[in-house]
Order: sequence, then C-alpha cells, then structure tokens
Amino acid sequence: MTDNTDTNKEKKTTTHKIGIYLWIWGLLFVLSFFSYMVDWYQFQGLLRWTLILIFMFLKAGLIMAFFMHLFWERYTLVNVLLWPMTAIACFVGLMVAEGKYTVFTRFIYFVLGE
Amino acid sequence: MDQSSIDKLPKGWKSIPSDLGSDQTTFKGVQWGKAMMWIFLLSDTFIFSCFLISYMKGRASTVVEWPNPSEVFALDFMGVPVPLLLIAIMTFVLITSSGTMALAVKYGYEKNKKMCGWFIVFTALGGLTFVGMQAFEWSKLIHEGVRPWENPFGAAQFGSFFFMITGFHGTHVSIGVIFLFIFARKVFRGDFDTGKRGYFTTMKSDYVAIEILGLYWHFVDLVWVFIFAFFYLW
Repeated sequence: MTDNTDTNKEKKTTTHKIGIYLWIWGLLFVLSFFSYMVDWYQFQGLLRWTLILIFMFLKAGLIMAFFMHLFWERYTLVNVLLWPMTAIACFVGLMVAEGKYTVFTRFIYFVLGE
Repeated sequence: MDQSSIDKLPKGWKSIPSDLGSDQTTFKGVQWGKAMMWIFLLSDTFIFSCFLISYMKGRASTVVEWPNPSEVFALDFMGVPVPLLLIAIMTFVLITSSGTMALAVKYGYEKNKKMCGWFIVFTALGGLTFVGMQAFEWSKLIHEGVRPWENPFGAAQFGSFFFMITGFHGTHVSIGVIFLFIFARKVFRGDFDTGKRGYFTTMKSDYVAIEILGLYWHFVDLVWVFIFAFFYLW
C-alpha cells in the first residue's frame, strides 16, 4: 500500500489534470482577444501601452508557469532562468535612454541643422 | 533522482543554495536533456531580445514617422479593411497549437501513445498553418513594396526589422514543425514504450523527450506573444 501511494505521488509531479491545461488555454484565448481589442478600439498613448504590456506579461507568465511547467519545477531552475531575464529588462531600460539621446541628437543636427 | 529523495531535500528559497552546492546534479529531478533545452531556450531568449531591443532602439531613434502597423497589416475582408486580422488569426492558431502540445505532453507521460501522437500531429498542423499565413503576409507586403531598405509607409528601418524578426521566428516554427512530425512518427512507432535507442544519441527513448519538444514549441509561442505585443500592437 505504501508503495502505491508513493507511485501516485510521483505521478502527480509529472502529469496534471487535463482541466488545468484547458483553463490556461482558455485564459490565453481570452487575453489574446483582449490584446487584439486594444488595437480594434484604437486606444492610444499610455493606456494602449499599459494594456499591451499587462496582457503580454500575463500571457507569457501563464505559458511559462503552466505549459512549460515552471510552476512545478524546483526553485533553482526557475531562478537560473529568471535572473538573466531580469538582466535583459535592465538592458531594455538602458537602450530606452540611449534611444532618446540618439533621437535628440538627430533632431538637433539633422532636422534643425538643415 | 527519484521523487521520494527529492521530497526530502530543502524546499523554497533554502533549496537554492543547497541545490547549487550539492554534488553531481544541480537541477534535481530534471532530466539532463530537459535542463539542456532550458539552457538553449535561455540563449535563444538572448537572441530574440537583441532583435527586439534593436528594433525598439531603431524605432525610438528615427526622425521619420514609423509606419502604423494596424494599417500596414490590415486585411480586406469583404471590401472592409480589418486591422491586424491575419495577425490575430495567426496568434490564435499558435496558441491553439501550444494547447494541443501541452495535452500531448500530458498524454505522453500517461503513456497514451495514440492521443499523444495525434496531439503532436495537430500541433504540427497548427504550426504549418501559421507558417503558411506568414508566407502569405510576407508576399503581400513584398508586393506592396516593403523591402529591408525602404517601404512606402514610413521609416526605412521598418522592413529590415520586420523581415529579420518575423523571419527568425518563422524559422523557429518551421524547425519545430519538422521535429514535431519526426516525433509523431516515433510516438506512433512505439519508440517511447519500448525504449528504442535513438538514431543520433543512441540513448533510450523516453516520454520526457515529448516534454522537451513541448518546451521548444511553447517557447516559440512565447516569443510570438512578445513579437505580437511589440511589433504589431505597439
């Protein structure tokens, strides 16, 4: 009997109920629909960018956590994957600043210079 | 490492120093192929990040106006231009194929050969549909005069970023489709039930391979989430 419960436990870590996949699948559909609606209703400016980012991160999180099973993986693997991605986010921040500087110099020397 | 000995290890944040400082295996309970696939996907993340960051910088620093994606990618439906119609359908197709892949992984671990195989085939068909629609989109834009060095809609950089990013993603999808068909054949042949040795690796086949394949496929979907948000919607 004890053996039996042990194998059941082992199964739990590798396969999950079909319901959870169907739920995530449904949520991804709904979120994609919402992000399409952002363009459909032509939201502009800050509202548009915030909505796009929220739906994007929710979708990415759901895919990584449940479809790619990261929710059930050990912390070590999760951390080895997520910290480099944090570094990428810093890189994005640096390049935003750099981009602003570039467009500033281009306006000064190319557009106003003519 | 079996599950009962993993259960005895420290959990939560304490598991990180203990796992990293332990002998032989860092990623406890993770088959080596799966760990390597994750490392590969991480490096692929860097590549796609570089593309998307350079796109962001290019778009942010041009003094010419950027083409409006919801007009450029609009599709005429019964004479009315619908913004991003094709892209929305592509997104839904790719998410559907990601869902079928998740089910294939589940049925694989339950050793349900038939269901696993068929869901992999569905996934591959979804991927093929996606690549087909992308080819249609490319040819449409090329007909309209979009080139890597110029386009009739606005900033010249648009074309090069578009072809580079969607092309690299499409290549990933195509490679994924090829591997999906190969693995569907392996599943139907029963390689994973008999533990038949692989042609290249000479290692015993195991259903964990389906999960590894699934990781790659979900990653392709994941990248599309970012491309959809930053390139098509922004």
